[in-house]
Amino acid sequence: MASEDALILRTSRVVPRISPVVWWIAIVALAWLGLAHFHGNTVATLRVWLPLLASGLWMNILISVLAIGIGTVLGIIVGALELSRMRWVSAPARGYVQAFRNAPMLVLIFFATYVFPFEIQVGSLYLPFPDWIKATIGLALPASAHIAEIFRGAILSIASAQWEASASLGFSRARTLRWVILPQCVKRVLPPWMNLYAMITMSTTLASLVGVTELLEVARIASNTVNRTDFTIFVYLAVLTLFFLYCYPITRFTAHLEQKYAFH
Amino acid sequence: MPQSDTFSEHPPLVRLRKVHLSFGSNHVLKCIDLNVRQGGAVSIIGPSGSGKSTILRCINGLLTPDRGEVVVGDTPVHSLRTEAERIALRKRIGFVFQQYNLFPHLTVLQNVVLAPTRILGVERETAEREARELLAKVRLADKDDAYPGQLSGGQQQRVAIARALAMHPQLVLFDEVTSALDPETVGEVLSVIRQLVQDGMTCLLVTHEMRFAEEVSHEIVFTEGGEIVEHGTPRDIFHAPRNPRTHAFINALRN
Repeated sequence: MASEDALILRTSRVVPRISPVVWWIAIVALAWLGLAHFHGNTVATLRVWLPLLASGLWMNILISVLAIGIGTVLGIIVGALELSRMRWVSAPARGYVQAFRNAPMLVLIFFATYVFPFEIQVGSLYLPFPDWIKATIGLALPASAHIAEIFRGAILSIASAQWEASASLGFSRARTLRWVILPQCVKRVLPPWMNLYAMITMSTTLASLVGVTELLEVARIASNTVNRTDFTIFVYLAVLTLFFLYCYPITRFTAHLEQKYAFH
Repeated sequence: MPQSDTFSEHPPLVRLRKVHLSFGSNHVLKCIDLNVRQGGAVSIIGPSGSGKSTILRCINGLLTPDRGEVVVGDTPVHSLRTEAERIALRKRIGFVFQQYNLFPHLTVLQNVVLAPTRILGVERETAEREARELLAKVRLADKDDAYPGQLSGGQQQRVAIARALAMHPQLVLFDEVTSALDPETVGEVLSVIRQLVQDGMTCLLVTHEMRFAEEVSHEIVFTEGGEIVEHGTPRDIFHAPRNPRTHAFINALRN
């Protein structure tokens, strides 16, 4: 296995290759230098807004990481329940997956925004329940449904002989899942999981529609404040650039992993 | 059917009485009677599809017979209902598979250590020390850190035997453990099993290695079409079979 990998690496290094990620970042940087040269004034205004745009992007990253985190934990649990041999356990889990896989993310975000209160009362304490957390929940629900399906597929793809061998050593089904099956699934679910993460990240812009101050919302505010068509074009170009720079390496890395594990 | 009494001073550790099992309309086991005595080595031989592996799976509760009794020690396997009861049984029974079924994501040492630490609650250090001893016993002392994918079939099968022994079983079931191996690695696996039998481990083997079965077993059971056609000492079965079907099977192998 290891020697095979080494062989593949060696043959691909015969011609020194620069990663496409580096190429793309260079192209984007050059394009922006060009724009700065011909539209110095607009780019200078954009630079003033850059810290605010960056803090907006930070919110997108925060929402996406939380959503995929919650979605993963929930998804593994639901995926395992789906495979239960007891119908009264597996049927609701399947219902959950079908419901949230077939719901538009924007509708779920709206739903989460209005169904949860703006603050939660714990005793005499009032804890705020900000919109960005509601948007996170709205994204985590469909994420968990997708992850449940990804894990279910991976679990089913592991040879049944592994279950038999574990049972023969005295493992319960739950312990087999924990110690034998899930560790073998990690490798297989990584590429689809990262794909989903990139998708979730891009969907975080939907949170702007319920008033969360993330990148797209900051861009809208900037565009309204400056109120110049050329600036508006530039600021949305900046938004696209920032998302590209964050998501593209993830997509590339996923493709790399897919290729690497395709042999097994 | 009377059993041969090579080990009559010991009570049977495994006892099957009138065991029947069908998969749909396929009657796989028809009234199987079988005894394995403590410290005994019994080989089940017979043509493919005669239900040999199914017998082993009924003994460790992977399959439940439709009718009949399966008793291991004091445990009535046929009437176990909960997963916890079956787990308690399987901790006492080692099982070695034709396809080894090692855990591919774990090293050799981790394969051997996983069940003792996670199921029996043995301390990691103790379990690792014991695992190394077992690996030395199956002559794989230098392969601790290798992954199953890096080993030959014979080496993987010896790891699988060490993994089964790490649970300190009372009994080990071998399911055609050399059938998937290259001819040159069969010998190394058989010598490990031979050593186990000599050490007094109770072994029930399903095998196609007739010469080995004859040499190592205390008793041979010949099955065909889901029935036990004949059983007896290796000498009786291989050199003086009474049943014409046994005779035909043995002769076909000779030629």
